[in-house]
Amino acid sequence: MTSLATDSPSGAGTPPPPDDGVPAIEARDVHVRLGASPVLRGVDLTVRRGEVVALLGANGSGKSTLVRTLVGVLPATAGSVHLFGHALGNDVPWARVGYVPQRVSAVAGVPSTAAEVVASGLLHGRRLRLPRGWRSSVREALDLVGLADRARYATHQLSGGQQQRVLIARALVRRPELLVLDEPVAGVDRPSQEAFAATMTRLVADGMTVLVVLHELGELAPLVQRCVVLRHGKVVHDGAPPTPRPGHGGEAHEHVHPHAHPRTVQRPEDVRLADGPFERPDDTEDEVAR
Amino acid sequence: MSGLWEMVTDPFMQRALVAALLVGVSAPVVGTYLVQKRLALLGDGIGHVALTGVALGWLVGAAMGLVPADVLAVPGAVVAAVAGSVLIEVVRRRGRTSGDLALAILFYGGIAGGVLLIGLAGGSSGSLMAYLFGSISSVTLADVWVTVALCGLILIIGLGLRAALFSVSHDEEFAVSAGLPVWALNMAVAVLAALTVTVAMRVVGLLLVSALMIVPVAIGQLVTRSFRRTMLVASVVGVVVCVTGLSITYWHNVSPGALIVVLAIAVYAVVAALHPVLARRRPPADPHPDIPDDVAVAPAGAGRAAPQEECTT
Repeated sequence: MTSLATDSPSGAGTPPPPDDGVPAIEARDVHVRLGASPVLRGVDLTVRRGEVVALLGANGSGKSTLVRTLVGVLPATAGSVHLFGHALGNDVPWARVGYVPQRVSAVAGVPSTAAEVVASGLLHGRRLRLPRGWRSSVREALDLVGLADRARYATHQLSGGQQQRVLIARALVRRPELLVLDEPVAGVDRPSQEAFAATMTRLVADGMTVLVVLHELGELAPLVQRCVVLRHGKVVHDGAPPTPRPGHGGEAHEHVHPHAHPRTVQRPEDVRLADGPFERPDDTEDEVAR
Repeated sequence: MSGLWEMVTDPFMQRALVAALLVGVSAPVVGTYLVQKRLALLGDGIGHVALTGVALGWLVGAAMGLVPADVLAVPGAVVAAVAGSVLIEVVRRRGRTSGDLALAILFYGGIAGGVLLIGLAGGSSGSLMAYLFGSISSVTLADVWVTVALCGLILIIGLGLRAALFSVSHDEEFAVSAGLPVWALNMAVAVLAALTVTVAMRVVGLLLVSALMIVPVAIGQLVTRSFRRTMLVASVVGVVVCVTGLSITYWHNVSPGALIVVLAIAVYAVVAALHPVLARRRPPADPHPDIPDDVAVAPAGAGRAAPQEECTT
């Protein structure tokens, strides 16, 4: 595996895109048909390195279809997609791309632990076997999402928010430079949303490029630099975060500021009942994990 | 005790035991992937298609005047099973919704084709009985070597590529997004299933092959929380029921294949019945996530119950 994210700028706040010319994502005139219906009708999207782009739009506007096309899950009927300058296919440096699909509620037939699911994120391209030291990579990734003590739990024993965080850890375990997330906080409990925002803040500060599908900016509002809004399969807005329609101001929580570092997480007093996963010292987490 | 020694030194029994042992280990390995992919019935479909292969091999053998006429039956089964599994995989890929329909058509076509072809080959449907219900007592030394080779292949691929096959079986969409050769890996599972069917055909028969792949996995997933352990437990159960079932038939004249499958299901029933008791005795895995609540709750009631949260997520 190549060393990743080390050459990215780690400017705090708004990291400037490194101008080596090659954007992380470059989609040109992408059309996608699912069955008979055209879901995407000529979408252009460029995400430069170090950018945090939110993909917004109503249900059925094609957000999920777009990100699934960008990572090669769905074939585009027309147009081109380049990741890190390579057309989709075997040439793409898949190790540098992390994808977090929408959580599927259906539990697979055989139980699998959180660690096993995360470990599967270490495989990419032609790497079909787990690399040396995969256990510590998995532990780090789970730690990053605050689930180090849940490594040996079966995924179906975890709450929905925790399952979502396992999927995020699976995308992070190979240390990607580009993270593509599909509705990472949909239907997720507030503590998991906060843990997610804290994780993202840290990753973005380290230079991570992010494309995230959201319903509302919510906890991520301070991180998002650019918003792309889809409507009926076309881009209708590409620029600064748009103002929410009246009655949709869902992100106006009183504590929207992302937490600079997880250890300094401040929760509103009214919801604080027990210590969250971030506040436990690492060594006790390890003990619990064993 | 001396009876046991007698059994182990009986060359017929030795060959049968080796075959049962190998099949008992490898069938659940492949079965674990099939259950994970929700394709538990794939083995049945392949088994039915393999029957056509048996009859086809017989027909070709008879046409070429080979003696005995069924010398090509097993190669025929391997070819037909692999072809059938590849076909199912292609159909599953093309149109996901019609996957079970394709499977059903293969069921019927496999049996009908087998009976039809065996008639053309000059045999009767009775000739197929040995393949439908197993004939482990007639295992030859050559059969044993074929079994060793095929089971070795199944185990090398099934265990060696476990992480990749797990990834594809667990979440195909993510595997695609990681650039994994998903098509090839799916094909690998399908071909492994086909090889398992033909290998296990001797031991339990084509009609019961799938049980040997699936029932041990059903037992394994009852008692473990991880994929790896499910596979391990399933393999151990597979070996135990295969060897035990076969050994019993040394003294009692019953069909080994049927006995093995009945034993496996009995183990499943016992484990399923005992499971609640065992689970209670195990150190409790707190199902409630250790995270703060979404809602403000008065400190007096600050247990850790957060029902709203668990229900909605």
